[in-house]
Amino acid sequence: MPETLLSKKNRKIVKDGLWDANPITYQVLGICSSLAVTTQLKTSLVMAIGLTTVTALSNVVISLLRNYIPSKIRIIVQLSVVSTLVITIDQILKAYMFDVSKQLSVFVGLIITNCIVMGRLEAFAMGNPPWKSFLDGLGNGLGYSCILIILGIIREILGSGTLLGYHVVPQSFYQAGYVNNGMMVLAPGAFFLLGIIIWIQRSISGYVEGR
Amino acid sequence: MEHYINLALKSIFVENILLAFFLGMCSFLACSKKVETAMGLGVAVVFVLTITTPASWAVKNFLLKKGALGWAGLPNVDLSFLSFITYIALIAAMVQIVEIVVDKVSPALYSALGIFLPLIAVNCAILGAALFMDQRNYNFPESVVFGFGSGVGWALAIIAMSAIRKKLGYSNIPSPLRGLGITMLLTGLMSIGFMCFAGISL
Repeated sequence: MPETLLSKKNRKIVKDGLWDANPITYQVLGICSSLAVTTQLKTSLVMAIGLTTVTALSNVVISLLRNYIPSKIRIIVQLSVVSTLVITIDQILKAYMFDVSKQLSVFVGLIITNCIVMGRLEAFAMGNPPWKSFLDGLGNGLGYSCILIILGIIREILGSGTLLGYHVVPQSFYQAGYVNNGMMVLAPGAFFLLGIIIWIQRSISGYVEGR
Repeated sequence: MEHYINLALKSIFVENILLAFFLGMCSFLACSKKVETAMGLGVAVVFVLTITTPASWAVKNFLLKKGALGWAGLPNVDLSFLSFITYIALIAAMVQIVEIVVDKVSPALYSALGIFLPLIAVNCAILGAALFMDQRNYNFPESVVFGFGSGVGWALAIIAMSAIRKKLGYSNIPSPLRGLGITMLLTGLMSIGFMCFAGISL
């Protein structure tokens, strides 16, 4: 019996990526960009959309090609599919959102070597039909996006007192002596926050890393 | 000369590619459990970065940049939009070549680096260094120094982290924090440490 497009099994594929097997907190993939672009919510959002698109689409393409790719050269085939998609996204960003593309600097290009994309291609798309691979890419992309957006919100509010560029911390706070936490904008703040998020997520999901 | 020493210092300590730009985190987290592995990977990354960054420089200046194809009689062609795909292909090819050469020249080093060499092709630090070189318009000697410095900085960070994680084995960490969580917090502390180097120049 053919499965329907949104059967229970297919929904589980999306849900796995979002929570149980979240790419950042569980699979430890794609940490680099999640820390680098999250100083502001806007850049985090753009990056999240970019990565989700690339993961989902490259999963579909590789899954369609999976029976024709000789296994010896599969890495280079995967890399070229991914980098073609990334170039497209980069050109679109440069054309329509030039300032954001400047802020993201090299990190759009680094989607190519983002372990989430490569990891999902290897682990899922090489052995599953296109629709399932699409859902898997979407789920993992969204799981990554969630963490990115949480990090982006916290870092922008605490680090610069704004959200999407609008001031949210009232002026009276500053007059009372409140100071923006400069560390949040810098690298260490990102490491600490992600460490804490992982701690919270794992306390809830009950996953413990073996020694 | 001073300029190059400064650039090297900057890329090793002040703008450490791992602790300030978060590049190469995946292999940093995955391979820092043992000191020996960390050292092997660190050496391999220094090696590959020193080769691929100048190589990407050559590709950029003789093939991709606007007007770079002048020597072939095509002065108006601008291929810079192809930079991502050329760099990653170059890096993958370079890693293969390095693997073959090292296997032939020094089997001892090859067996020591072994599994790590092929993995380096998808290490974001390598592509990241090439893209930074592109963005900051380094010239040839600068890109050699930058590639080498970034590699040394990365190796330094992963070796230090593996040493800390070895000691960590004796401590009693809350169970959800074990592994990735505590490593992130430690990396944050290391990153603060490295920030003390800011402003140092000769």
